[in-house]
Amino acid sequence: MEEGRARLESLTAPSGKRPEDGRIVDSQEIARHPVAEKLKAWDSRAIAGLIEFRGEVTVVVLREHLVPVADYLAKEPSLGFTFLSDITVVDRFPLEPRFEVNYQFLSLERKERLRLKVKLVGKEPSMPSLTPLFPTANWHEREIFDLFGIRFEGHPDLKRILMPDDWEGHPLRKDYPTEGFR
Amino acid sequence: MSAPDPNISGSMTVETPTGPAQPMILNMGPQHPSTHGVLRVVLELDGETVLKAESVIGYLHTGIEKSCEAKTYSQAITLTDRIDYLAPLSNNLAYCLAVEKLLNLEIPKRAQYVRVLLTELTRIASHLVWLGTHAIDMGAMSVFLYGFREREEILKIFEYVSGQRMMTSYFRVGGLALEPPPDFLDRVRRLLDVLPGRIDDYEDLLTDNKIWKARMIGVGHLTAADAIALGCSGPLLRASGVNYDIRKMFPYSRYDEFEFNVPTRTEGDCYARYLCRVAEMRESIKIVKQALQKVPAEGPFRADVPGIIPPSREEMKTSIEGLIYHFKIFTEGFAPPPGEVYSAIESPRGELGVFVASDGSAKPYRVHFRTPSFVNLQSLPRLCVGRLLADVVACIGTTDIVLGEVDR
Repeated sequence: MEEGRARLESLTAPSGKRPEDGRIVDSQEIARHPVAEKLKAWDSRAIAGLIEFRGEVTVVVLREHLVPVADYLAKEPSLGFTFLSDITVVDRFPLEPRFEVNYQFLSLERKERLRLKVKLVGKEPSMPSLTPLFPTANWHEREIFDLFGIRFEGHPDLKRILMPDDWEGHPLRKDYPTEGFR
Repeated sequence: MSAPDPNISGSMTVETPTGPAQPMILNMGPQHPSTHGVLRVVLELDGETVLKAESVIGYLHTGIEKSCEAKTYSQAITLTDRIDYLAPLSNNLAYCLAVEKLLNLEIPKRAQYVRVLLTELTRIASHLVWLGTHAIDMGAMSVFLYGFREREEILKIFEYVSGQRMMTSYFRVGGLALEPPPDFLDRVRRLLDVLPGRIDDYEDLLTDNKIWKARMIGVGHLTAADAIALGCSGPLLRASGVNYDIRKMFPYSRYDEFEFNVPTRTEGDCYARYLCRVAEMRESIKIVKQALQKVPAEGPFRADVPGIIPPSREEMKTSIEGLIYHFKIFTEGFAPPPGEVYSAIESPRGELGVFVASDGSAKPYRVHFRTPSFVNLQSLPRLCVGRLLADVVACIGTTDIVLGEVDR
């Protein structure tokens, strides 16, 4: 009985383990992904890592490269990632860097999806805003600011969107209890 | 001070304001019948012209994404119903497909065709509610009553299949919750016999209706470039001339085996969105008809993966392995490998994406719903600024938002 309960707890307790750390990949691996190859040819520092899982390609980029990379992906005619589907965050508390910001891009011409991932340390997290380039990012970034407490620099109107204005804390952070603070 | 108005009796004096006209701030909602729930729009008006429109949302925020993290993968399905309460089966499907992608599961044919059949019925039901409520907003009462009559027939089919009219939770990871009842397909056939004629009826009432056209044509214009920049999807995007339908572009659940068209228009106004949705209902009927042909009468309705998919009732009662697996699945759940997936379907409102991150435990580490209503609602200022107050109602109506989905 005790053993069973311990096993149950170990299975259902969150481990916070990262699926696979973005690593610096060799040119051979990049060559298998045309988009990643193009990115690398454009700026050799653009790709900090590459993750492939279930046929989905995730390019890890550094925080300071996000805006130029997103701009390039959208403006380069042979890529055409003009549609920003979604922005979302995974909180890997207590690991550092704590936050992973995922940008889900779609190219209507190539019929292809691409995810950009930026890792962010937990102390006063802030990101450059994509709203000037992709107006759709506006509400996504407000939602992330509201629920994760990540600031977006250059956002035109960064304020809470789902929670009340006077709410304290950021509910989707992992150190925020599911039942709220009592 | 001006002289008293001779037409008004009594001692009241009328003051005419001097100086430049000030814009008026008007709160539309959150309790307003045409905001379809609890949407609040803060409007800045010059007379009746809208200068600025700002949506204020969050009144229905229930923290579904946070709740998902505290439940096992199967338990979280019941929460997905409540996101978009007009298309619960689409939400079930989006979530199940994401978890199945995480698990790399193969789903039996029968389950996949039933899923297609039911989600297309969901699309029709959802569009019927949209049509009815939007017609009420525009001043036509009868379509609402007709639309709800047909929607009820569809909900009766859902109830017959899953036991629930609305919060069905019928799609489970690996297949379906229950075996579809034997004469369920006959019921769908009987519905399909009448449905095309009923859609003709709505079109007779609305499509060439002078008032309907006057309220919709040229109102709420959205260009293709704007729609893409704002991340719009679904009929809102297709009415602006962008042919993006996930069922065609990234087929899931064997949609590639079905023949159907994706209705698009180029006008990008409210009327075009109406025409798109009506045409979509007809296309959905086509898909359901093909699905009826394809669904095998016999065969498994759940994948056979011990330890992840629950065993059949008979197996659970007669074999010890079945009993163990049943017990384990319903107490501790199953643990997919660590990883992150994004899986999107074409819901009645557009791209419904589910992002699931697993850390190898039996509870999802993070679930995020990219809901089409949330993103589409961002386009509201673009649609209605510069137009009259009455057009705001038409614009909110044709973006087809569900506030449960906006706020989650």
